[in-house]
Amino acid sequence: MAQPAAGELSVSIWRGGAEGGFEAYRVPARASQTVLDVVTHVQRHIDPSLSYRFACRVGMCGSCAMTVNGRPRWTCRTHVSKVAEGGRLEIAPLANMPVIKDLAADMRPFFEKWQAAGGAFEPTLTRADPVEPVRPSEPARKVADAGIECINCGVCYAGCDTVRWNDDYLGPAALNRAWTLMNDRRDGAQGPRLAAVAAGGGCHACHSHQSCQEFCPQSLDPTGSIASLKRLATRAYLRGEIKA
Amino acid sequence: MNVRLYVWQRGTAALMAPLVLVHLAVMFYATRQGLTAADILGRTRGSVAWGLFYAAFVGAAAIHAGIGLRTILAEWTPLGARAVTFVAAGFALLLAALGARAVLAVVLP
Repeated sequence: MAQPAAGELSVSIWRGGAEGGFEAYRVPARASQTVLDVVTHVQRHIDPSLSYRFACRVGMCGSCAMTVNGRPRWTCRTHVSKVAEGGRLEIAPLANMPVIKDLAADMRPFFEKWQAAGGAFEPTLTRADPVEPVRPSEPARKVADAGIECINCGVCYAGCDTVRWNDDYLGPAALNRAWTLMNDRRDGAQGPRLAAVAAGGGCHACHSHQSCQEFCPQSLDPTGSIASLKRLATRAYLRGEIKA
Repeated sequence: MNVRLYVWQRGTAALMAPLVLVHLAVMFYATRQGLTAADILGRTRGSVAWGLFYAAFVGAAAIHAGIGLRTILAEWTPLGARAVTFVAAGFALLLAALGARAVLAVVLP
């Protein structure tokens, strides 16, 4: 691709499904421009058939993650000036997920694994009981809080080598979620969840490459959560509390 | 890998760590002292201690390598789960058989 002109970005965007390819676009460069702004410009001013996903635009909803110059990122909080190499951007859908169309990846496997890892909170009280306070100073609550800010953007899942190699692997986000719930004393599904994450494709399949930690836009440490789950599950297995 | 395989792989690794150090020390000792094959066999033949030492080493290595190979095959080849387990178990048994043969050759009187 030719060198982009001054004031312009040279942008390659994935078009089509899994068998699609990159198409080139020229987009005006602007101050404080995000990668999501670039994609939006292409759809609004060049090709309205471009499909992509976003909602909040402020890094809360986790819906706009894409592969930018080969690396998974949340596009609404990624400034072009930080990632464009020589005024060039290559934008693709998230890896490790089926492509629906263009930049929209199918996140069903991601959320199905989140469920399989016991990601849903199982209450122990009913609505008739008084609300149980969350005490931020409790040690277990501090551990849970360290991983609780996950926005399920899928960046860690897309950047994980083990997910790429092992179809059964639950992935960093699901296991990080499981770890936060294992430290939530209001939750009533500790045993089944620990059994789920100790099965094949669970926490012990992680190779600790730490890509999830490197890529997480929230600066969380899923690798640490998974390592803690490994220890917890191993102790439970040795005590005969769970079976393999 | 599930928690059972994880425990076996990490357990055998923990067992092998000191065994490897002793094995290396024995190798250095044998070469530094200029021991001949006959000298070495004279010390190992009939030795229950060396027999148990290297039998444990062979058993741990076969289990450890079998589980590791299973993971590699599952992640890097198109083999299905049953085929992967079959090939890895076969490799572990082969290692155990070859290792047992070597151990028996140096400890049987």
